[in-house]
Amino acid sequence: MAQHKVDYTKSGGLPVALTSIDKIANWGRSNSLWAMTYGLACCGIEMMAAGASRFDFDRFGTIFRASPRQSDVMIVAGTLTKKHAEFIKRLYDQMTEPRWVISMGSCANTGGMFNTYATVQGVDRIIPVDLYLPGCAPRPETLQYGVMLLQKKIRANSASKAQKPKRLM
Amino acid sequence: MRAYTPKDDVQAKSYYTDRYYVAPQVPKQDVSTDAVFAADLAAISAKFKVSDSYIQVGQMVVYINAKDIYGVLELMRDELEYTQLSEMSAIDFLAKNNTFEIFYQTLSMTKRKRIRIKYSIENGQAVDSVEKLFRSADWSEREMFDMFGIEANGHPFMKRILMPYDWQGNPLLKTYPLEGDEFAAWYEVDKIYGKEAREAIGPEIRDTARVDRYDSERFSRLGFEVPKGTEITGNEPKNEQSYQEDGGVFLIKKLDKESSVVVDDPQR
Repeated sequence: MAQHKVDYTKSGGLPVALTSIDKIANWGRSNSLWAMTYGLACCGIEMMAAGASRFDFDRFGTIFRASPRQSDVMIVAGTLTKKHAEFIKRLYDQMTEPRWVISMGSCANTGGMFNTYATVQGVDRIIPVDLYLPGCAPRPETLQYGVMLLQKKIRANSASKAQKPKRLM
Repeated sequence: MRAYTPKDDVQAKSYYTDRYYVAPQVPKQDVSTDAVFAADLAAISAKFKVSDSYIQVGQMVVYINAKDIYGVLELMRDELEYTQLSEMSAIDFLAKNNTFEIFYQTLSMTKRKRIRIKYSIENGQAVDSVEKLFRSADWSEREMFDMFGIEANGHPFMKRILMPYDWQGNPLLKTYPLEGDEFAAWYEVDKIYGKEAREAIGPEIRDTARVDRYDSERFSRLGFEVPKGTEITGNEPKNEQSYQEDGGVFLIKKLDKESSVVVDDPQR
């Protein structure tokens, strides 16, 4: 016979929470946003700092994965060259849906100061972007704030419906 | 206060239009002023034709014929102890006299001297590869081919090095526009989505400073954001930014601004 009988009706209530599928699915998605390591330039340093101990992305459930097949969000941190454009499209296509893209910093947003022949003038010419972070480079706090906004965006959408596939065109 | 002058396209105009203007020259000294260089030049000119030579900023510059380059560099490496090829590339003089000037910067660690070998080729001519002499010429000659379109005969792998293999145009030519030609502007769109996608994706926006405050699709005034596509009047209500929804988030503790602490010590 168990000596320690827990009286659920008295100590802290029953270990049961009632919710909807939408909420629990979105809670899971928004709090385990695994990010793909996509440090292309100096913004990548800030992205690494955001993942390291001082800023600590782990407490958001954001863990960097080195594979597109295991990741939910692609943080494009840095200058995208035209030579590399086909590969970012390929990696984006390899990510499983639902998937999100954060364009981090001026270069990924608009090409930034690289107004040249070799730079893609905004990563949204290649892949659909959910969130644009301004800055050159954005501080890790900005990236954290961006991830929190993305979590908010994920929670605002219905999870039970299949996510409408995002297409550039 | 200085009179305002428009700063649009300042780089497109020539900044100096005096027809009698002579660009300042770095002073040149005769080779005989330096004993080491004089001996080196004597060794080179004993076997090869030297059209011009001088010392500039402590370095000797020697002009030779294009066909002699392999022999000159071999002589310099094996007998004159110039064992390093620091860099080599071309200079575009096509507008001036339809030639490229090719330069080879060499360094002698034992003599602590630098010699620059130069020669000119016509547009469309190829140069002799010196990759067999200096391994550093391998990538330099590929870069020269990539950027200027000058081929190096005898190079083991004459392909582009910086730009993609299917690129058209040579970006370091003075006739090449900085923002790219038509091919460059549509390169990634054509390659990934095909030419028929050009209209849907649209041309590149090259003015990165352009902000249209009435464009609610791409820009938003911080703190006064509106839903996508809304007409902006200028009387938008202020949006208080919040990290979480008003009702709180399922299973997540609500952030309470009152109980949060500002840490003043950055070295905490």
